[in-house]
Amino acid sequence: MAGRGGGYAANSYRTDALVLRTYKLGEADRIIVLLTPGHGQVRAVAKGVRRTTSKFGATLEPFMLSRLQLVHGRNLDIITQAQSVTPYGTAIAADYDAYAAASAMVETAERLTVTEVGEHGGGVEAPSQYRLLHGALAALARRAHAPRLLLDSYLLRALATAGWAPSFTACARCGAPGPHRSVNVTLGGSVCDDCRPPGSSTPAPQSVALLAALLSGDWTTADAAPEASRREAAGIVAGYLQFHLERHLKSLAVMGQDADRHP
Amino acid sequence: MVGNVYEGAVQDLIDELGRLPGIGPKSAQRIAFHILEADPEDMLRLADAIRTVKDKVKLCTICFNVSEQETCSICRDERRDPSQVCVVEESKDVMAIERTRTFRGRYHVLGGAINPIAGIGPDQLHIRELLTRLQDAAIEEVILATDPNLEGEATATYLSRMLGATGLKVTRLASGLPVGGDLEYADEVTLGRAFEGRRSVTG
Repeated sequence: MAGRGGGYAANSYRTDALVLRTYKLGEADRIIVLLTPGHGQVRAVAKGVRRTTSKFGATLEPFMLSRLQLVHGRNLDIITQAQSVTPYGTAIAADYDAYAAASAMVETAERLTVTEVGEHGGGVEAPSQYRLLHGALAALARRAHAPRLLLDSYLLRALATAGWAPSFTACARCGAPGPHRSVNVTLGGSVCDDCRPPGSSTPAPQSVALLAALLSGDWTTADAAPEASRREAAGIVAGYLQFHLERHLKSLAVMGQDADRHP
Repeated sequence: MVGNVYEGAVQDLIDELGRLPGIGPKSAQRIAFHILEADPEDMLRLADAIRTVKDKVKLCTICFNVSEQETCSICRDERRDPSQVCVVEESKDVMAIERTRTFRGRYHVLGGAINPIAGIGPDQLHIRELLTRLQDAAIEEVILATDPNLEGEATATYLSRMLGATGLKVTRLASGLPVGGDLEYADEVTLGRAFEGRRSVTG
C-alpha cells in the first residue's frame, strides 16, 4: 500500500475526488463511487451518511468535488473524513437539463475509468479523465453553455482520451483533408467519397461542423449552431458512444423522455 | 464466500434471503439456520405474514401509498385538508411526516426520485398521475417533500418546472441544520441552505 501513502498512517490516504454515483448500503450507509486524479476509480463506504445528522452532509452527493481521507478496507475503502472543495452538485441539481447531462457524464466516466486493483490500478488515462470531467461539471454548474452541448463535447473528448478519437474534418480512413459529407460511426467519424462504405449517414454540413467544434472546443461555432444541427449531432455522438461502450447509457434514455415532453 | 454447499430447501432459503436488501451471504446463512432451529409456529406466522402482505397490500389508486383497499386510509379520511398535497418519494416518507402530526393534507407518492444513471426518469414515476390529480379544483398547494439529497432536489426542480404552468402554489420543505447537531460540524451546503432559509424571529 506504500504507493498510496501521503504522510498519513500507512493504511490511509488522502485525495481529491469527484463523486460519480452512490448506492444505498445497509441501514444508513452508502457505497460512494469516486473518480480521483491519482487512484483512478475508487469505491468506498461512507458510514451513516444517510442520517440527517451525518457529519458528511452533502459532501458525498453526486457531482461534488471533495477532499477525502480514506482507509483501505478488504473489499471497499472506508471514508473517514470529507471536506467539500466545490459543491458543483448544488448548482447542477437546480437545473434539470444540467442534472440530466451531468448524470450522463458521470455514467460515461464510470464506464471509461478502471476500478482500481491493488496499487497498480487506476489506468494511465485516469488523471486526464478526471480533469476532463472536472472541467465539464464546472462548466455545467456555471451555465457556461447549453447542457446538451457540454455533454456532447464531453462525450467526444472522453472517448478521445480513452483512445477512440473521432475525426470530423479529415477522412477517418485515408486522412484526406475535409470537410466531408458522410459520417460513419464504426470508422470513426467523417469519411471521404472514396472511402464511404454503404450505410454511412449524410448529415447536414452544419452538423458535421458542430461535431468538429465540440471536439476541438470551438465554442463560438458550437453556441451559434441551430437546434436542428444540435439534435443531429447529439444523435451521432450517442451512436459513436454506444458503438465503443457496446451498450446504451441509461442516462441518455432518460434525457430522451424529457426531450419528448419539451422538444 | 459461501458457495452452494447445502442441499435443496436450505440452499434455496439462503439464496432467497440473500436477495433481500442489506442481507449478504453470511447473514442469509445465519437467518436460514435461525429459521430452521426456531419454533415452527413462529416461522409459519412469518411465512403467513409475507403471503398476506403480498396478497392483500396494493397501491392506493389515488396517491400510490400502500393500502389494503382500493384507496388508502388517508385518501378516505374526509377530515383531511383536500387543498394541500404533499409529494413524497416513498410510502415510508408518508409515515415519517405523519409522525410529526403537523400536516393534515393529503399525499402523493412518486415511487422514487429521478435518477438517470439508474434508468429512472419521469416516466418511471407517478408524475403523470400527479398532474392529472392536480386538475381537481380543490387542490391549492403542492408541497414538494422529496429527499434533501441530489436526486430529491433534481426531482423537485423537475416538478416545479412542470407545475409552474398550473398556477398552483408550489412549496418545498425547508432544509438546513438538523436539531441536536453542532454548527461547526455542518457542511458548507447545509449551512448555506440554513442561511438562505433563515426566518425572522422578531415577528
